[in-house]
Amino acid sequence: MDFGFLFSHFAELTITGLALGAIYALVALGYTMVYGVLQLINFAHSEVFMYGTFATAWVAVWVHGTTSVSQGLGSTLGLLALCLIVAMATSAAVALLVERLAYRPLIRRGSPKLVILISSIGASFALSEIMGLRDKFAGWFGVENKLSDYVAQARNVYSSPVTVDPHKVFEFAGYGVTDVDLLVIGAALGMMFALDLFVRRTRLGRGIRSVAQDPEAAALMGVNSTRVIRTTFLIGGLMAGAAATLYMLRIGTTRQDAGFLIGVKAFTAAVMGGIGNLRGALIGGLLLGVMENWGSAVFGTQWKDVVTFVLLVLILLVRPTGILGESLGKARA
Amino acid sequence: MPEPATASEQPQGDVRKALLEVDDVTIRFGGVSALDSVSFDIKEGEILGLIGPNGAGKTTCFNVMTGVYQATSGQIRFDGRPLAKLKRFQITKLGIARTFQNIRLFKSMTALENVLVGADANSKVGLFNALFKTPLHRRTEAESIEEAYRLLDFVGVGGRAGELAANLSYGDQRRLEIARAMATKPKLLCLDEPAAGFNPAEKQRLMELIRKVRDDGYTVLLIEHDMRLVMGVTDRVVVLEFGRKIAEGPPAEIRDNPAVIAAYLGVDEEDAS
Amino acid sequence: MSTTVPASTRSSRRPGRPLQIQLPSFLRSRLSRIVMIVIGVLLAYALPLIRPPFITTPASDFGGVMASAATFALVALGLNIVIGYAGLLDLGYVGFYAVGAYTTGVLTSQHGHWPFLLVLPCAMIVTTVSGLLLGAPAIRVRGDYLAIVTLGFGEIISLVAKNTPWLGGAAGIKNIPPPPSIGPDPIGTDQDGLFQIPHLSWNGLVPSVDNLHKTPFLTFGVLDAVPYYWLILTAILIVLMADMAVNNSRVGRAWEATREDEDAAELMGVPTFRYKLLAFMLGAAIGGLAGSMLAAGQGGFISPDAFPLLLSMLFVAAVIIGGAGTRWGAILGGVLVAYLPERFRPLSDYRLLIFGVSLMVIVTFRPQGLLPPRRTRRALRAQAEVEELEGEAIDA
Repeated sequence: MDFGFLFSHFAELTITGLALGAIYALVALGYTMVYGVLQLINFAHSEVFMYGTFATAWVAVWVHGTTSVSQGLGSTLGLLALCLIVAMATSAAVALLVERLAYRPLIRRGSPKLVILISSIGASFALSEIMGLRDKFAGWFGVENKLSDYVAQARNVYSSPVTVDPHKVFEFAGYGVTDVDLLVIGAALGMMFALDLFVRRTRLGRGIRSVAQDPEAAALMGVNSTRVIRTTFLIGGLMAGAAATLYMLRIGTTRQDAGFLIGVKAFTAAVMGGIGNLRGALIGGLLLGVMENWGSAVFGTQWKDVVTFVLLVLILLVRPTGILGESLGKARA
Repeated sequence: MPEPATASEQPQGDVRKALLEVDDVTIRFGGVSALDSVSFDIKEGEILGLIGPNGAGKTTCFNVMTGVYQATSGQIRFDGRPLAKLKRFQITKLGIARTFQNIRLFKSMTALENVLVGADANSKVGLFNALFKTPLHRRTEAESIEEAYRLLDFVGVGGRAGELAANLSYGDQRRLEIARAMATKPKLLCLDEPAAGFNPAEKQRLMELIRKVRDDGYTVLLIEHDMRLVMGVTDRVVVLEFGRKIAEGPPAEIRDNPAVIAAYLGVDEEDAS
Repeated sequence: MSTTVPASTRSSRRPGRPLQIQLPSFLRSRLSRIVMIVIGVLLAYALPLIRPPFITTPASDFGGVMASAATFALVALGLNIVIGYAGLLDLGYVGFYAVGAYTTGVLTSQHGHWPFLLVLPCAMIVTTVSGLLLGAPAIRVRGDYLAIVTLGFGEIISLVAKNTPWLGGAAGIKNIPPPPSIGPDPIGTDQDGLFQIPHLSWNGLVPSVDNLHKTPFLTFGVLDAVPYYWLILTAILIVLMADMAVNNSRVGRAWEATREDEDAAELMGVPTFRYKLLAFMLGAAIGGLAGSMLAAGQGGFISPDAFPLLLSMLFVAAVIIGGAGTRWGAILGGVLVAYLPERFRPLSDYRLLIFGVSLMVIVTFRPQGLLPPRRTRRALRAQAEVEELEGEAIDA
């Protein structure tokens, strides 16, 4: 256990942890919203995120070709904006597809929650496998050569050709805060602020909150629960798509199973902050990002993921209501 | 507030032991008092009816007495022992069994198996004996099955032992629930609206069954809406209104009690005797 | 006279119909049933020797595939107790599998040289204890959270194995000795055993004895997977008998009542938490058994990569697709999941995709799984039993 490293690099670990956590928070929103409205864990949300990362990388390849390029943030903003829009749209589309195929038929017939969970597990695997088999599918249609930049060697790590060179913007406690850090944190906070406004001020947002609190009463008040559920999945997908672009900005590579680990971490964050609680997702995400960085400094990076899983297990067993408490639905058996 | 009627002498004239004591029990859910300082006893060997208009707190009282809810203040004592802090399955072991207002049988199990689950509560064999099919296990199983058949016959469902509970007629399901509760060998059998949905002929059969149950040595607590049934089968009646006890005594007294009549605000034609 | 309490399925959308299947009378007698069972068991043992034409896997060693299918079936049997009987969704069952395998590896190769026959029960005990430690807190939590907790447990086990040098680290544990052979021990590729059993080869539908391919009895060597298959099959039969004994007792009834209506079960005196924990521990024990046999298997090698989350999901898929709550459904599911990708090699790449989609399709259209609903079969047996008692037919 190396506390020396933690203390000497405290500012860096914390700030980059916040940036990491901001990404987790965006993905956590999807989990927390679906859970708040349906009391269901959306196992396939991790794949919704994963498709967004590929969308981001593909846009970069489409614009830049496959040669690697490293440039500053300023010159990449245009590409980033385009990636953001495409990724958000892609993730939203996948989320809606999941809702339509894996959830709606079972919700309609009132299946038990565990059965629906199993369906979402199947959807999660199907989706990640589809991405992992894209070279074969392209082969069926004979386009594997034309699309080889996008589909070749589907089970390998896929890199975005564009790497962003971070520039220091200002110093904070011995760490040079970069423009990338600021963008990630700022963008995430901005989206969450917008979402908070949406949920509090718009009609659809009120509909979501009312269905989360009392589906029957909401139905009696004329709230269309199908539309609310669809909107919930849509918003979760949009947030995950944004997270995906920010993730690619920082990490730069992805794979068909990249969703799983991020998904588990985001779910941990959601539970930590209080499942069903939007602000909880933010707090949980930021907290988890920071704790993960501190943990890897103290225990070594190979134990980083173990820290997350142990945290997850402990929280669910000891305090399933999370930090801010559950807004909606109950935790204990 | 009308004064609660005092308990009159038992028809037989002796003072029997109190099996279950409800001692100044209050239950609050949020700001609402579902039960307010309710006190009464159930004497061993009697059939006690618990009645009151809708919302009076009968089901809440019933649930407190059977350990489903915890009292906010006051105490429930069974055989002298306080009930608080016991797990539900331990309360059954103590000797309290119940049926449910909305029938909660194990639908995908047969009638026989439903009763066996109740009988298992007193079984002394567990995993080890089952795994190795010891003679003790075989003997216990045989005894349980025999007892289960006896109970099924007792309540009148004997011919349908092998049928799935879901396939039984409504009346048979209600009777099966009683058999299942009896299989746990309780001292106190609590019936929650056992006649709901019955026609008069079935209600008559039920009254006979309840008397048979009491004659077999059980004490019975009955929640019912049907006045004729209550008047016809109970030894004593406790009346609740708005969470408070407003009357207690033999059925004949209760029927003429002005407070009770006022509480019901004119008994329905259907329920009047 | 025995009670019949086979586990019911998890779905209950319509009440079961009364018995409609009538077996021909000669099949109903006890003797004929015993004969059929014995024949079935012998066939199962002989299958990799007989190598029937449509079932044999063309591209890979049939014996090896059978061993793998048997392992999956054994695991599915154990997981079925947890998911199907007790209704607990366990997404980290690979954790128990790994604990059993690693206990075996540590005791026989990495840090000791204990004999396999001693190590096997030890591995089961260690795994059962881990089941107790995980289950006691986890079962108190709501169903979907329990699923995630078990998933976390499975991942933690695999990550700990990868990062702990004492457990072999990322390289795993090698040179795990196989189970003891009966007869001469194999020396390298020289494995003759007490005697050798030839395989059958087929020309179309015409069998002939193939003296070039023989299986030594009973040598656990590196060349032939069949003796390992026999060992696992024996374990399956023992577990099956234990499963039937336990399920036809108050334990099985308690499980089923808990699944149907936990509150009502408690009020009828069933200590539901205790029995759920019991199911969890039994499942763990069987997982440990399977893991131990994996470690002592043909390769003599285990590594953390052998226990991914994916495997837990495949186990769950096997149980659900075959029919959660029925032991034969679990076996069917396990065999399907392991065997089909080998039999239909072109499918192999799409294996996970197919299972993912199958899961979705099955829970949507046939939640009770592939095998016919238990209701019909238990109604059949219940009626038979009552008929025995009363000596007359019950009207359906």
